[in-house]
Amino acid sequence: MLEIRGLEAGYGQVQILRGIDLDIAEGEIIAVLGSNGVGKSTLNNNICGLYKPFAGSIRFLGNDIIGQDPKDIVSGGLIQVPEGRRIFPNLSVLENLEIGSYRRGKSNRKKNLERMLDIFPRLRERLSQAAGTLSGGEQQMVAIGRGLMAEPKLLILDEPSLGLSPLLVEQMFDLIKSINEGGLSIVLVEQNVMQSLKLADRAYVIENGVVTLSGPAGELIENTELKKSYLGI
Amino acid sequence: MLDEFMLLGMMPAAVVNGLMFGAIYALVALGLTLIYGVLHIINFAHGALLMLAMYAAFYLFRHFGIDPYFAIVFVVPASFVLGYALYRWGIGKLAHGKDENILLVTLGLAIVIENAAIFFFTADQQTITLSYSYDTVDLGFVFLSLPKVISFFASLFICLLLWLLISKTDLGRAIRAVAKERQGARLVGIDVEHIFAATYGIGIACLGAAGCLLLPSFYVDPFTGNIFVLVAFTIVVLGGMGSIVGALVGGFIIGVTESVGGLILGESLGQIGISLIFILILVLRPTGLFGAKS
Repeated sequence: MLEIRGLEAGYGQVQILRGIDLDIAEGEIIAVLGSNGVGKSTLNNNICGLYKPFAGSIRFLGNDIIGQDPKDIVSGGLIQVPEGRRIFPNLSVLENLEIGSYRRGKSNRKKNLERMLDIFPRLRERLSQAAGTLSGGEQQMVAIGRGLMAEPKLLILDEPSLGLSPLLVEQMFDLIKSINEGGLSIVLVEQNVMQSLKLADRAYVIENGVVTLSGPAGELIENTELKKSYLGI
Repeated sequence: MLDEFMLLGMMPAAVVNGLMFGAIYALVALGLTLIYGVLHIINFAHGALLMLAMYAAFYLFRHFGIDPYFAIVFVVPASFVLGYALYRWGIGKLAHGKDENILLVTLGLAIVIENAAIFFFTADQQTITLSYSYDTVDLGFVFLSLPKVISFFASLFICLLLWLLISKTDLGRAIRAVAKERQGARLVGIDVEHIFAATYGIGIACLGAAGCLLLPSFYVDPFTGNIFVLVAFTIVVLGGMGSIVGALVGGFIIGVTESVGGLILGESLGQIGISLIFILILVLRPTGLFGAKS
């Protein structure tokens, strides 16, 4: 459903991505892996229309989305849960979730809200609290819930485990798995290599702006190069 | 002794009069605080735009006989459109994202509008007289002029509408969302530039209402707006930058201060109280009464 070919992108004069190819099929969960600064977030920002790539193509459900406004990309059902969560700190938890359906899924807002609160029961107790006062894990729940409120066709999760304790990371990954099992396609962008590979169907490893490794997650887990560079064994 | 006694007797009347005017101050300050809170713009064109709204109400009355209170129906939407367009294709474009540019652009706008007003409307003070201009409402301890009472309730009603808009609608949520987190807003599909322009438009629409409500009891000339905007700046600082409740409460406090100050010190010295409050707030509580601590 998402097809990226030869994507080159960056900021101003600085080129960061040097020709990325990436595919995701309906119902899949793929992992995009790499350490800090290899261009993972640049990739996301370009997919979501926040920046315009230098070259290459991005097709979502058959349509070329390069040059589209972020709001139109959201309308199409491609939703990103950004790195650093970017929730609205001054709005209540309820308002943060409701505004998730600002452009999409508005008619099912009530129904979806109930679903979110079933997925994240902890948010139910905090509905009227300002989202900025929540703990990091709870804020991540709000961010994911806000994304799901738009009834996405494809959900991009940018570093959902960032800043969470190991136990919470595990819970977060279980949750991502269960959302995917509900039929939603997910791109999981992570530094957390081993846990992501256990979860994903396929994975891409990005280094210095190019894909250096890709394939079924089960195979990559056994890859000695990957073990060397990310686990030091 | 007799003087002090009379002063005390007139106090309730001064307070009520202050509240009446305070509500309109609040309306002017609401526009200012909304624009500052969301766009981080100190809108120096506020006074000039208020003056334009007053002239709009004035000419609607003079040429078409439209009652200024009824003129709200025309002036408010027109003010919104003007504000929206000014931001979207003027201020927003000229600013290039720099705060100091915005200051200069809004200041320049004010100068252009004021001088155009002198050219087209002349510098003469104008007033209107309505059939009920001199009717009064008897509260038992004070007679209030009917236009002031109408303006008071109309201001409160508009403040309530604005509060509902900001706190209960998707547009209001989007306005508060872009105030704090622009990138997050883009990612949920909010058209940030549209929301900025709409916010500026709503701020100017408040002025449109205030202009209509002021006209029955105040004169208009090309510089009238500045009288109110200087006070409105004080109210915004007093209530807390960006706070709607703060603007309302601040409006009342300043209205009463001015009115009571005028009673005790005389009309021309009455405004000293406002400056005193301004200084005290800056020293004791710089975030204002309802301002968020950063």
